[in-house]
Amino acid sequence: MRKTRRDFLKASTVGGTALTLLGLEPTPAQAQLRELKIAGATQTRSTCPYCSVSCGVLIYTIGDKAKNVTPQVVHVEGDPDHPINRGTLCPKGASLEQDILNPRRLLKPQVRRPGSDHWEDIPWNQAVDEIAHWVKKTREETFVETDATGRTVNRCEGIAWTGGCTDTNEFNYLVGKAMRSLGVCYLETQARV
Amino acid sequence: MSQATLQIVKISGHAGTVPGAGVERGEQVCKLVDTTTCIGCKACEVACLEWNGYQFSDTTFDNTYQTMPQTAWNYWNLIKCNEHEREDGTLQLLMRKDQCMHCADPGCLAACPADGAIVQYANGIVDFQQQNCIGCGYCVSGCPFDIPKFNPATKKMFKCTLCADRVTVGLEPACIKACPTGCLHFGAKEDMKVIAEDRAQQLREHFDFKDAGVYDPAGVGGTGVIYVLHDVKNPEAYGGLPRDPHVPWVVRIWKGPAKWLGNLAMLGGILGVTLHYLRFGPKEVGPERHKGEQP
Repeated sequence: MRKTRRDFLKASTVGGTALTLLGLEPTPAQAQLRELKIAGATQTRSTCPYCSVSCGVLIYTIGDKAKNVTPQVVHVEGDPDHPINRGTLCPKGASLEQDILNPRRLLKPQVRRPGSDHWEDIPWNQAVDEIAHWVKKTREETFVETDATGRTVNRCEGIAWTGGCTDTNEFNYLVGKAMRSLGVCYLETQARV
Repeated sequence: MSQATLQIVKISGHAGTVPGAGVERGEQVCKLVDTTTCIGCKACEVACLEWNGYQFSDTTFDNTYQTMPQTAWNYWNLIKCNEHEREDGTLQLLMRKDQCMHCADPGCLAACPADGAIVQYANGIVDFQQQNCIGCGYCVSGCPFDIPKFNPATKKMFKCTLCADRVTVGLEPACIKACPTGCLHFGAKEDMKVIAEDRAQQLREHFDFKDAGVYDPAGVGGTGVIYVLHDVKNPEAYGGLPRDPHVPWVVRIWKGPAKWLGNLAMLGGILGVTLHYLRFGPKEVGPERHKGEQP
């Protein structure tokens, strides 16, 4: 049986295709995986605000802090370098992303007036002014200069202060100074709740 | 742009060998779940949802502490809570993290007819490639743990990926990282086996768990998720963990001998036709066929 050049080329092509179909590809099979969603994100250390354990968390935001980028939280997970939790989180802490990206998150001050059944929005300036007004009024009404035996005590017993687990040492120092200058002696922290 | 890739060692529905399989050295990864120290806090469930970006869906109350009766296509990781009464009448609240077991011999992969829809990487992770999935659901019939779940919106199957995107770049899976009691552990399979055996021995010798042991079923070639159980002789108590899981024999025959017999019959047919052609040549059309036609 005489073979032509054309037959040879045909046989080579068909044979090569068949070998490929039978799985004799020369390159190894590799899978391209989903992009790591925090690959280029900025990592920021923070503290979980929920309970008094104060676990360290890493907040991942898109962008590299360049001037024209508004950071957006994309992921939150535990901070492995934090001595308290060493990377772990409880279910509430693990859901912190939902705490930030939440349509029900409160972004402005609200007040519920005495006797009122609903919350009303007020501007920041008004909120600060009203708080200052009530602090001054309460302090003037409840200030105790001397106790029953006549000793000078200068206590403001109508106000108490509660700190949170995300407060830093510096913040607590300033709060301690400010509150004691008002005479407030009920200084408490969430860490004992 | 990351170029993270993983070497594939097994491909579903693929004719012939997997190119490059066994060429690269791959360390088997493994999750260790110590059910004796799980407190059922479900941080792993939340971390899984958070990392994989699925919505927090409504929970289903089923008279247990479980979030829902079973895993869903967008809920890959579920703590199964079981109230178990021991022989002496005392109550045990058993909690087991239910997710894909990443079998060394995956039944889902054996049953899958779509080329490349289910793959196994060199590090042992069994992963679904949704772009190749045809949504037939055969993987459900192949899985002894009832893990693959169907997404009716996209008509594709989904399950735990063992956070392949994290593991590839050198991170631990999201569930492992979150676990606050340390009952979840991650590392090389060999190391996890040692840690698990040590813990089981500790439970046997220093606690009242004479039958404590490690669940790493040989029927599916060992798994990429191993458990330390209080009572390894009764895994069913942990939310229906099969005692001796196997890929169903129907799937084995269907994808083994039956498939090859079918292939043989098909090749034989083609070969027969070819030989017939070579021996007798093309079919000659007799002149009587053209009787009715105009010349």
